[in-house]
Amino acid sequence: MNMYEIIFYFFAFITVASASVVVFSRNIIYAAFSLLFTFFGVAGIYVLLNADFLAITQLLIYVGGILVLLLFGVMLTTNTVNIDIKSGSMNVLAAASVVAALAGLLGGVFWTSDWFVSKQMGELPAQTTSKEIGTALITTHVLPFEIASVILLVAIVGAAMMARREGIKSQIPSSK
Amino acid sequence: MEISPVIEALIKIIVVIFFILLPCVAYLGVQLERKLSAWIQNRVGPNRVGPYGLLQPLADIPKLFFKEDIVPAAANKFVHSLGPLISLTIAFSTFAVMPFGDTLPIVVNGVVHNISLQIANVNIGVLYVLALSSLAVYGITLSGWSSNNKYSLLGGIRSSAQMISYELSLGLSIIGIVMLSNTLQLNDIVKAQSGYYLFGFLPNWNIFVQPIGFITFFVAMFAETNRLPFDLPEAEPELVAGYHTEYTGMKFGMFMLSEFLAMFAAAGMITTLYLGGWQAPYIEYLNLSPFVVSLVQVGAFFTKFALIVVFFMIVRWSMPRFRYDQLMNIGWKVMIPLSLLNIALTGLFILKPIHTWFN
Repeated sequence: MNMYEIIFYFFAFITVASASVVVFSRNIIYAAFSLLFTFFGVAGIYVLLNADFLAITQLLIYVGGILVLLLFGVMLTTNTVNIDIKSGSMNVLAAASVVAALAGLLGGVFWTSDWFVSKQMGELPAQTTSKEIGTALITTHVLPFEIASVILLVAIVGAAMMARREGIKSQIPSSK
Repeated sequence: MEISPVIEALIKIIVVIFFILLPCVAYLGVQLERKLSAWIQNRVGPNRVGPYGLLQPLADIPKLFFKEDIVPAAANKFVHSLGPLISLTIAFSTFAVMPFGDTLPIVVNGVVHNISLQIANVNIGVLYVLALSSLAVYGITLSGWSSNNKYSLLGGIRSSAQMISYELSLGLSIIGIVMLSNTLQLNDIVKAQSGYYLFGFLPNWNIFVQPIGFITFFVAMFAETNRLPFDLPEAEPELVAGYHTEYTGMKFGMFMLSEFLAMFAAAGMITTLYLGGWQAPYIEYLNLSPFVVSLVQVGAFFTKFALIVVFFMIVRWSMPRFRYDQLMNIGWKVMIPLSLLNIALTGLFILKPIHTWFN
C-alpha cells in the first residue's frame, strides 16, 4: 500500500461515510452538513486523478455556491418555524423500484465501461487540464454547452420573474 | 544536497506562517491599524507598552488567550467551535499559491539551487483563490447560525448574500487578466506583466492595461474581506457585532486573525494580479547579481503589498458604511455590468491591438 493508495482510501472513506450520513441522518441539518464533506472527498479524488480544474470547479460551484444556498434554506426554515424538519420514509415501493433501476443502470455502466487503468496513476506528472477542457467545450461539445447555458438563462429569468411578482403583490415601498 | 519536495514545502510553510504572516498580523495588522486609526481621528493610539507602544501586540495576544471561553447554552456547540476554525484555515490557505518572488538562486557547494519563492505553484492558482474565497462564506455563516442569536444570524445572512454577490464581479474581473496572460498560474501572470507599456516607460502592469478590471476587482475585494465600507455583517449600530457576537477569548481572536489575514490575502492578490507582483521596474538597468535581483523583487512585492494594506486601512477609517440596498445595487447593477464591459473591451483589444487602429 503506497502513499497514493492511502490518500485515495482516505478520500474514498470520507466520501462514502459522509454520503451515508446524508442519506440516513434524520436531522436535515446534519445531512446538509455532511454533504459538505462528500463534496470535499470527491474533490480530493479528482485531485488524485490529476483533474485539477475539475476539483477546483467542484469546490467553487458545489461547495461555494449550491451548498451555501442549501444550508441557507435549511437553517432559516428550521429556525423561524419552531418545528424540526425531519426526513421520513414514504412511497417505499415506488422509491425502491426507481433506486433499483438506477442502481442497475449505474452498475451496467460500471461493468461494461472500458476503464483506463494505470498502475502509475500517482506518478503521472501534473499538467494543466483547463486548456483541453476549454477547447473540447467550445469545439466538439459546443451544442450541449450552449443548451446548458440556455437552460441556466431560462432559470435566471424565471427566478427574477417570481421574485418581482411577489414584490408587487406585497406592495413593498421601493427603496429609492 | 537534495531536499525532498515535501520537506521543502514544509519549510516554506513554516517560514511563511511564522516569519511573514504572524508578524504581519501583529504589526502591519493590529498595531498599524490602531495607530493609523488614532492618527486619522486625531488621537495618540497605543503608546504605553514598550517604546512607542511597539510591544502592544505582544500584550494583546496573551490577553486573548487568558480570557474565558464562553459558549452560549443554546448554541450548537460543535458548529460553534468549528466556525472560527474554518475561517482561519481558509484565510491561511490562500497564501499557499501567493508568489512572494520569482526564484532565489542559492549556491551550495558550487551548485546553484533555484528555490521558488512560492509554496505551491498550482496550475490553476487563480481558480484556487476564487474557490477559497467562496468557501470563506462557511466560517461566517456557520458561526452566525450556530450562536443561536438573531444578531449573529442576521450578520451571517448578510455576509453570505454580500459575498455571493461580489464573488461574481471578482471572478469576472479576473477573466480579463486570464485572457491577456493566457494562463491560470499566478507566477506566470506576474511574469506576463514584465516589460513596458505605452511610451516605453510605464511598467506593463495590469493596473495600466486593465483599469476597469482593476477598479471592479478592488471594490469586490473590499466586499469579500467584509471591511468598511462593506462591513455590513458586523455593523455595530444595528447588529451588535454581527456573526461574532457570541464569541469570546481566543475564538474571537481567531476571527480577528482571519479577518486580517483575509485583508492581507486581498492585498497580495491585488499586488499579484494588477500591480505586477514581484516585478520591480527598471531593475535590469542596474546590473545586479541574480541573488540581489531576487531579494529586490521580494522587497518590491512587500512594498506594494504594504501600500495596499495601508490604503485598505485609510479607507476603513474615513468612509461611512453603505446601506444594504445600496450595497446590493452597486454589486449587481454597477460592478457586474462594468466587469462584463471589461471582458468585451479586452476581447476587442486582443483581436485588434491599439496600434493597428489608425492605419
